[in-house]
Amino acid sequence: MSKEKILEKSFLLIALSSISILALIAFFIFQQGIPLIWKVGLNSFLLGDRWFPSKESFGIFPMIVGSFWVTLGSLIVGVPLGVACAVFLCELIPPTIAMILRPMIQLLGAIPSVIYGFWGLIVLVPLIRNSLGGPGLSILAGSLVLGIMILPTIISISEDSLRALPRTYKEGALSLGATHWQTIWRVLLPAARSGIVASIILGMGRAIGETMAMIMILGNATQLPNSILSSARTLTTNIGIEMGYASGDHRQALFATGVVLFFIIMGLNSLALIISRKGRA
Amino acid sequence: MKRGKRSRWIYGVGILLLAVLLPGCQRQHGGLSVVGSTSVEPFAGALAEEYMNQHSREKIFVQGGGSSAGIQAVRTGAAEVGMSSRNLMDSEKDLIAVPIIYDAIAVIVHRDNPLNDLTLNQIRKIFSAEITRWSELGGKNHPLTLVTREEGSGTREAFQKLIMGKKEISLGALVQDSNGAIRQVVADDRNAIGYISLGLVNDRVKALKIGGIEPNIENIQHHRYKIVRPFLFVFKSNPQGLAKDFLDYILSPAGQKLLVQEGLISMNPIPEPKKEARR
Repeated sequence: MSKEKILEKSFLLIALSSISILALIAFFIFQQGIPLIWKVGLNSFLLGDRWFPSKESFGIFPMIVGSFWVTLGSLIVGVPLGVACAVFLCELIPPTIAMILRPMIQLLGAIPSVIYGFWGLIVLVPLIRNSLGGPGLSILAGSLVLGIMILPTIISISEDSLRALPRTYKEGALSLGATHWQTIWRVLLPAARSGIVASIILGMGRAIGETMAMIMILGNATQLPNSILSSARTLTTNIGIEMGYASGDHRQALFATGVVLFFIIMGLNSLALIISRKGRA
Repeated sequence: MKRGKRSRWIYGVGILLLAVLLPGCQRQHGGLSVVGSTSVEPFAGALAEEYMNQHSREKIFVQGGGSSAGIQAVRTGAAEVGMSSRNLMDSEKDLIAVPIIYDAIAVIVHRDNPLNDLTLNQIRKIFSAEITRWSELGGKNHPLTLVTREEGSGTREAFQKLIMGKKEISLGALVQDSNGAIRQVVADDRNAIGYISLGLVNDRVKALKIGGIEPNIENIQHHRYKIVRPFLFVFKSNPQGLAKDFLDYILSPAGQKLLVQEGLISMNPIPEPKKEARR
């Protein structure tokens, strides 16, 4: 075999192994989770609001709602900040300063989530408890921390899409007499829309998938949350917090929760892919 | 030939991945592996260390992962000994469970909480959210923050069985996944109430009397304080060799004494410890 062939084969192997990992994980999750969904019934699994695995009630509706609120909250915090930061980095400050700031933002993405969680637990939670009441371990605390955690994703992808715009857009707008701000707001942001939307969806994926930090600061109660100060449990934390002691149907129910997550994340990622493709075309 | 090689590679990778993905922990060769409940793990770790000091040629590996993970590991043969802080379920009754020591559960509140004593019935009402404000218990007009362990936890199961009976723990209760995390939340929140292993109560939280009876070793050994559960060692068949020797050591006066020093309660007639559990 020639050297080139060997290289080709080894790359093929590497590519195959990463795909087969995905396939194996998916297979395992489905094999473990689907029988329980079948047994409980899809409706009562997805829409049931009582989670008492020891009493055979497996309703994950509160977790779906919890995931929804926490993710929405994180977007409310993270999207305006992230997009504004991307505009700032690419339009409003000299490139040299942006070169210093950019690695710092990337560093934000490299901080392990457990540290965000710990920070939230020690700083945010007591602050919320003492100033707003409630247990402090709440959707509000979770949203704030997640909002910060998704910033790097939103900033870097939004910035890339702003930077990828042809220079002529900006030059054209400015030469027509638009101010810098009008150019940004009316020309650049709409033109980079697809990239920005994709960044938001990817950030959303990260927010839904986050586990460790959320276990630490959401309080993990299994009731339907009724305010942003009440505790909640997300789909991921449901798995994370109970896997240690789960067995039998309970364990399968956690895998079934994983199946639901799998579909949500897959949906979001495909959406991001479609939107960014459309933008490029 | 080419195809054959490729598919063999794919099989190889697949088998490797399966090995990684399969539940349970890998068998440690040339030693005894003890896997299971995170409540039992620190105590088993201390016992194993002491045992290995006396038998320098033997190796015992203690790992956490949870009661169910430990039981699963014993069943699949990945570990010789499982640790469980909950009783075996009906589907697990084919395994052999030996109680090695007993642990009491204490109901804890913030250390500044003026309350000292609750009845069983009050605790039941608190955790089922029939009582929701401290004023109903003679305290300030603040809402109660319930803190509980997650479903499947041995501590929760024992609390459910020994205190709650048929009543359910409120869905609104905060859920934390370890004794330490519950202690942390209760220590930080003046309105919180939770339950943890007596051995883990420290001066940052206050353990309540139940029906006027203080949770201490004397009251437990005399069966006055009744919120007590066993810690189990789980075996696939009758323990032999190193597993049996280790179990015998744990059940011996020396082993029991070590556990009692850690804040657990031996039901065997052993010398009364001088101090109450504080750690």
